[in-house]
Amino acid sequence: MKPPPFDYVAPATLEAALETLAQYGDDAQPLAGGQSLAAMLALRVARPSVLVDLNRIPELTGIDDAADGLRVGAMTRQVAVLNSEKVRARLPSLAAATSLVGHFQTRNRGTIGGSVSLADPAAENPAFALAMNAEMELRNAKGSRKVAAVNFFDGPYTTARQGDELLTSITYRPSPGARIGVDEIARRPGDFAMTGFVARLNVKDGKIDEAGFAWFGMASQPLRAPSAEASLKGVALKDIDIRAVAHAAVDDTDPNDDHHASAEYRKKAGRVLAERVLTKLLMSEAA
Amino acid sequence: MSDHDISVTVNGARLKKRVPARKTLLDFIRQDCGLTGAHAGCEHGVCGACTVIVDGVAVRSCLMFAVQTDGAEVRTVEGLSPAAGDLHPVQAAMHEHHGLQCGFCTPGIVMTLTSMTENNATAAEMNAAMSGHICRCTGYQGIQKAISSLAGDVNNG
Repeated sequence: MKPPPFDYVAPATLEAALETLAQYGDDAQPLAGGQSLAAMLALRVARPSVLVDLNRIPELTGIDDAADGLRVGAMTRQVAVLNSEKVRARLPSLAAATSLVGHFQTRNRGTIGGSVSLADPAAENPAFALAMNAEMELRNAKGSRKVAAVNFFDGPYTTARQGDELLTSITYRPSPGARIGVDEIARRPGDFAMTGFVARLNVKDGKIDEAGFAWFGMASQPLRAPSAEASLKGVALKDIDIRAVAHAAVDDTDPNDDHHASAEYRKKAGRVLAERVLTKLLMSEAA
Repeated sequence: MSDHDISVTVNGARLKKRVPARKTLLDFIRQDCGLTGAHAGCEHGVCGACTVIVDGVAVRSCLMFAVQTDGAEVRTVEGLSPAAGDLHPVQAAMHEHHGLQCGFCTPGIVMTLTSMTENNATAAEMNAAMSGHICRCTGYQGIQKAISSLAGDVNNG
């Protein structure tokens, strides 16, 4: 057997899962869809004492289109997000981002919360949450807290989630009429992005009220592009210099060399990608 | 390191087995059930050769643990053929259009396509799902032809 030995529990309720985490702390590893974790176990880069399987906890699953936002339960599978009428109606760009995650077979198991909690620097859903200013709900046995996405991602594969906590839901609050787009450049469909870009443009009276940009694959964590965002504040849609904004957005990044692509390539491809995403957004009515 | 009693239906047969927590569904199917159609390729979720259908959806059996299938229904390539000597429509299409050469990746592809044809997927959707399977022999041309014929079959009712 390839994975290291571990104990396994499959609690039926969130309370029971949180009790288990309180008991084991950092020695416990929550198991969501397992599409990364099971591979990390096979490669023995993860060696938890106990796996806490969240797949039998119904309350962690589901999409709630509430007045104050679109709340997605952490254990909602990627395929469920893709097939959700609520997502399609309220935040179709979330489905667009999720369609870029892995393959058909892995999206059948993989979850939104699992991907966000893993915080792979090249993953789509963490960057999407970051661009959206999404709100993460974390719970432990004692209570819950809400963390803004900007405070959630701390570094490569590192988040604000403590060992006794679970990410229970992600709430997205798109402004009415916001234009949101996402795309990536990868060698093959389903591969991790060499560069990926999420752009959100909140528009008021034909001008940019607020821009939210997030990169993936362009640093050791999902990354906002604050100077590019600030440069758009108050600018009329028709006056936006897409090329300049794309360059500014890349200047906010610090990509790494790795075996997928060099930092230099990532910056060049990133400029092209950001131009592509922004052009599409400015040509569209609303996303 | 815990062991667990599970009750799982594999190709229609209800099995009760005791499994270590760390045993993957793939190892369980191959070693405990003696069904070697699901192939152990990369064993970390990249190649797709181990794809099986769990509760109606195609999944990578190397990325699930056997203990997680307690109460579930698992289908493997061995369960597809309606009778000895007969081929499932997906198998027949792969055969007809030369969708395989060495055959190592084939059981996984057949299981993905089976789950998708059962849900009336389009040819475009099925072709896109082939990104989740690595085939080093065919160049995918024969597989794509098989997919086209399957999509046609589905559309023709």
